[in-house]
Amino acid sequence: MNTKGKVKGVVSNLVIVEVETPVSQNEICFISSDGDRLMAEVIKVIGNDVYVQVFESTRGLKVGASVEFVGYMLEVLLGPGLLSKNFDGLQNDLDKMTGVFLKRGEYTYPLDEDKLWDFEPLAKVGDKVIAGAWLGEVDENHQPHKIMLPFKMKGEYLVKEIAPKGKYNINHIIAVVEDESGETHNITMVQKWPVKVPIMAHKEKPRPFKLLETGVRTIDITNPIVEGGTGFIPGPFGTGKTVLQHAISKQAEADIVIMAACGERANEVVEIFSDFPKLIDPHTGRKLMERTIIVANTSNMPVAAREASVYTAMTIAEYYRAMGLKVLLMADSTSRWAQALREQSNRLEELPGPDAFPMDLSAIISNFYGRAGYVILNNDATASITFIGTVSPTGGNLKEPVTENTKKVARCFFALEQERADRKRYPAVNPFDSYSKYLEYPEFKEYISNVISDDWIEKVNEIKTRLQRGKEIAEQINILGDDGVPVDYHITFWKSELIDYVILQQDAYDKVDAVTPIERQKYMLDLVVALCRKKYEFNDFVEVMDYFKKLINILRQMNYSDFKSDSFNNYQQQIDIL
Amino acid sequence: MTTTKAFQKVYTRITQITKATCSLNASGVGNDELALINGKLAQVVKITGEEITLQVFGGTEGIPTDAEVVFLGKSPSLKVGEQLVGRFFNAYGEPIDGGSIPEGKEVELGGPSVNPVRRKQPSELIATGIAGIDLNNTLVSGQKIPFFADPDQPYNQVMASVALRAETDKIILGGMGLTNDDYLYFKNVFSNAGALDRIVSFVNTAENPAVERLLIPDMALTAAEYFAVEKNEKVLVLLTDMSAYADALAIVSNRMDQIPSKDSMPGSLYSDLAKIYEKAVQFPEGGSITIIAVTTLSGGDITHSVPDNTGYITEGQLYLRKDTDTGKVIIDPFRSLSRLKQLVIGKKTREDHPQLMNAAVRLYSDASNAKTKMENGFDLTDYDERTLRFARDYVTKILSIDVNLNTTQMLDVTWKLLSDNFTPEEVSIKKELIDKYWNK
Repeated sequence: MNTKGKVKGVVSNLVIVEVETPVSQNEICFISSDGDRLMAEVIKVIGNDVYVQVFESTRGLKVGASVEFVGYMLEVLLGPGLLSKNFDGLQNDLDKMTGVFLKRGEYTYPLDEDKLWDFEPLAKVGDKVIAGAWLGEVDENHQPHKIMLPFKMKGEYLVKEIAPKGKYNINHIIAVVEDESGETHNITMVQKWPVKVPIMAHKEKPRPFKLLETGVRTIDITNPIVEGGTGFIPGPFGTGKTVLQHAISKQAEADIVIMAACGERANEVVEIFSDFPKLIDPHTGRKLMERTIIVANTSNMPVAAREASVYTAMTIAEYYRAMGLKVLLMADSTSRWAQALREQSNRLEELPGPDAFPMDLSAIISNFYGRAGYVILNNDATASITFIGTVSPTGGNLKEPVTENTKKVARCFFALEQERADRKRYPAVNPFDSYSKYLEYPEFKEYISNVISDDWIEKVNEIKTRLQRGKEIAEQINILGDDGVPVDYHITFWKSELIDYVILQQDAYDKVDAVTPIERQKYMLDLVVALCRKKYEFNDFVEVMDYFKKLINILRQMNYSDFKSDSFNNYQQQIDIL
Repeated sequence: MTTTKAFQKVYTRITQITKATCSLNASGVGNDELALINGKLAQVVKITGEEITLQVFGGTEGIPTDAEVVFLGKSPSLKVGEQLVGRFFNAYGEPIDGGSIPEGKEVELGGPSVNPVRRKQPSELIATGIAGIDLNNTLVSGQKIPFFADPDQPYNQVMASVALRAETDKIILGGMGLTNDDYLYFKNVFSNAGALDRIVSFVNTAENPAVERLLIPDMALTAAEYFAVEKNEKVLVLLTDMSAYADALAIVSNRMDQIPSKDSMPGSLYSDLAKIYEKAVQFPEGGSITIIAVTTLSGGDITHSVPDNTGYITEGQLYLRKDTDTGKVIIDPFRSLSRLKQLVIGKKTREDHPQLMNAAVRLYSDASNAKTKMENGFDLTDYDERTLRFARDYVTKILSIDVNLNTTQMLDVTWKLLSDNFTPEEVSIKKELIDKYWNK
């Protein structure tokens, strides 16, 4: 018998409920209001007063309204049919909601109960299995979707029955297993998991080391991210976080992409909804949407659901990782998520930490990033969740708490810069402040020399040094004037401009330039480095400028041409003549 | 909306009065519900057991502890219909133009949000004739975008020209803390242009109580939603000034003893602003709500919570700036941004638009470098001289807000300025476009 209670107070979406019997922290309850059932989560208990955050508007809610607690925490439903879905932060299937406007208290089932899946058994009768073991497989949009022993099941089980190859719906019993005490359990294709608890279906979490190709040159070349790595993109508004994030999610070489929009601009969410179904995955040639799940909470949807959305997305990511897949999780923006935490903490009248964020913000952020990673599953298969969050620092100040705390846990830092954005140098990733800690990992270096080339990292370091030198000289020219420095200095400066224009800058809106495969990146890096290593003779700085402007123009035209096409080769020839 | 019904329970014991709120013991009251306190409109903002706290829109001045309090059993609403058109209303939706009270369907303010999967991707350009918008930061129907401006800048004049030039079915003006002069300015401009037949205005002037401002955006957007949803119309909403709205939020939260967040703003500022701005939408049936707002800055400071949160909610921002060389007011091409422009430029406008626009802004940025060089006393190169000449022409012939061109004219003039001052190699534009448009 679950606990029941009565509403005692309301301040915006924080509701105080009086109860007589036990409740647990983070337990879900439903509040009756004008015929609607409003979902809420317990966030604080003082004596008989339970503070719940309501995931919906509390308009019209009255003292005395009845509340029903359900006995479990906020859970997601895991099973085949999640791919291509558009969910809200509470895993409602948004497409199943009729009407243009969201109705309060309307909840929809996230999966399809009628659809038949082609099931293939992987386990045999007599197998001993533990939670997360692959019992069978269905084909979900060309991905091998594993049906697993539910993560909640503790200890070892004996497979008593397994369904033969065939077509079943998600609620069909596909296996019967027996626990150590001899009790049998029916297993379907669906299981539930509380979003705030990490799924631990792996035996080991080694350091990640495999390059995750994104097709974005300034990432893959200068600040690479790896399968199972973590990264974040901070930047003042208007510097191109969204464009960069969308580029990565469209192009990255992942099996599954999950996009969590926590408090994002609705029109940006719509852009994903309308773009992705049209786009083709550059790696498989299939529809991009087939491998994508969107968890969308626009900024005007209730704040508590916004807080939940990143957890919902992460839990789904962990589910797919347990199947041995390469998952990319993108969250935009974790600042708005942190703001939701701040808003709630403020309503609870907690003493504020730095910038009025809750005191445990750093722990919350590090726990969340900690859920990503490269894993070795119990059956020795490998899998990963690569997590990239965007951060919207207040006033562009990178010393604010969300940025600072994220910096401590994320291994890649893609710092978007106002100045670059103002000068339309996109992506506006600052080449000096940004970093990838993976470049220091010996296992990553070894991997790169095996899959790309021995001198790749050496060349990457070389262009970074040249960019740095170019920046120093630009400052000197600003102080001393064009004539105040030797011609050599101008050459060094223009070499850094060459790297900037050809490697760092990339036109996300051009069909060809938007995505650069690693082979082409290698070609361009080799070309640019060779041009930089060349000795040049000029009489004055105007000659230097004219020459390099021509050179940059040709290389940029190359970036716009199909790799090794006639026009591409033609530009290559023009460089050779120059 | 301020009428009472018979047999309503009347309370007469107020237990607490602050500058913006009153509290009393009452039962059966819903969150967000309206009440009348001695005839003054108030709204429930907090319920703790029997104790109800109300924000009093007109201010609590003169309210006695034995005031008559009647709960209205509903949240704030507006009667919507065609009769709103051409009229001026206050924050409660009452006429302030001497006309009759309009009749219509009563709709609650601040209704539910649009299901994101039912939204349509914005794709229609709203031309304004101002190059700082149409050329560099193109406005798209369904977009939300603020002007970030210091109080001394002519943002209301620019908004009025945008209103008159934009090809939309309805314009809804939401004025918060407007000076009386600005209110009369809008009234005159709209009347003189003969545009009243497509304009609805909700105005709270500086002399009206501050807390009333909280109702204005919801009034304006509820009316907008009526025209966009029921009539499938293209609606443009102008909100000025949202900083005054945020200040009103801060006043109420302060009077409720809430712990202030950054810049003394309430912790919920982001959600409060997002609720308003996210009303901007392109509906699948063709109606749309586009929001242009004004956020006044203090000394250009965009790190303050109000512009900062606004920037993270809206789809771009337009900065007004006076160009010191020419004295012209322009929309700053560097810091301004329209996030949705990609959806229309080069698609609804000519193919050369995106690259040409970027090239011009890049060259204009080179001019500002040249200017710094000049100010530091260095010799200018021939290229520097040419960028400076280009910049002057670019400001006077294109960017200045008093220039009124259509988008194709803007593109043609820009090509001419580029060809007059530069070589094709210097502008870094795709070759196909150069071949087609250079020297045209």
